[in-house]
Amino acid sequence: MNWTEFFAMKGYALYVWGSYGIVLLVLMVEIILVRHKRKITLQQLRLIRDAESLESI
Amino acid sequence: MAINWFKYSAPSTFYGLAGKMIPWLAWPAALLFCTGMYIGFFVAPTDAVQSEAYRIIFVHVPASILSMLIYLVMAGYAALGLIFNTRLSSMMATALAPTGALFAFISLWTGALWGKPMWGAWWVWDARLTSELILLFLYLGFIALQSSIEDPRRADRAGALLAIVGSVNVPIIYFSVQWWNTMHQGSTVKLSGTSMHIAMQQAMFSMLAAMWLYAIAISLSRVRSIILERERNTLWVAELAEVKQ
Repeated sequence: MNWTEFFAMKGYALYVWGSYGIVLLVLMVEIILVRHKRKITLQQLRLIRDAESLESI
Repeated sequence: MAINWFKYSAPSTFYGLAGKMIPWLAWPAALLFCTGMYIGFFVAPTDAVQSEAYRIIFVHVPASILSMLIYLVMAGYAALGLIFNTRLSSMMATALAPTGALFAFISLWTGALWGKPMWGAWWVWDARLTSELILLFLYLGFIALQSSIEDPRRADRAGALLAIVGSVNVPIIYFSVQWWNTMHQGSTVKLSGTSMHIAMQQAMFSMLAAMWLYAIAISLSRVRSIILERERNTLWVAELAEVKQ
C-alpha cells in the first residue's frame, strides 16, 4: 500500500477525511476556547482585585 | 474509614481536585485517540460492502454515544442542583453542555458524510437523524437559556427544567432504530455479541474511551473557569496562587 492509495480511500477520501478532519478541528477549537476562557477569567479576577485595592487607598 | 464525599462538593476543594485530575485524563485520552486512529486505518481491514467509507464508524459511533451520555449526565447534575441546591452540580451541568453539543454536531456531520456515499443523501428526515438533531437543539437551547438569564442561580434552575424535560429525547434516539422503520442501521455491537471484526472493535472502543476521557477532561477544565467566575468574591479565590500574581 502506498500513501497516494491510502489517502485516496478507494474514492471515499472526501467522506472519510471530511469526517476525521472535522473531529480534529472541533476538538482543537474547543481546547483553545477553554484555555482562552481560563486566561480571560484569571485576568478579570486580577483586574477586579487591583481596582478594589485602588479604591481602598 | 469514613470518606467525606461532601468535601469535594464544595467548589473550593473541587477546583483543586479537578486541576490535579485533568492531566491524568487528557494524556490517556490523547494516547487512546492515536491508538484508535492507528488501528482504525492500518490494522482494521477494508469492509466487504462499504469499502473504505466504513472507517467513519470509528468516530461516528463514539461521538454519537457520548452526545447522548453527556446529555444524561448533564441532566442528572442539573437535577441534583435543582433538588439539593448544590452549586457545584449546576456548574457541572453548565460545563458539560458545550462539549455535548459539539459531540452531537460531530455525530450529525460524520453521519451526513457517511450517508451521502451509502444512502445517496446527506440527510433524510428519519427517526434516528431527526431525534439526534433535536438533541443538538436541546443543548443549544440549554446554553442560550442559561446565558440569557443574568442571575446564575435562576439560570441554573431554568436550565435544569429544560435539561430534565429534554432527557426523554435520549431513549427516543437510542430506540429509534427499533421503534420505527428507518434508513439508519441498528446496533452492530450488542450485549449478545457482535459480528464485527476484532480490529474494528478495538479501534472503535479505543476511540470511545479516548473521547470519553477527553469529555471529562475538557468539562473539568471548563468548570474550573465557571467556579472562579461565580466564586470571585470569596477569600479562597483571592488567595489562589494563579490569581495572586
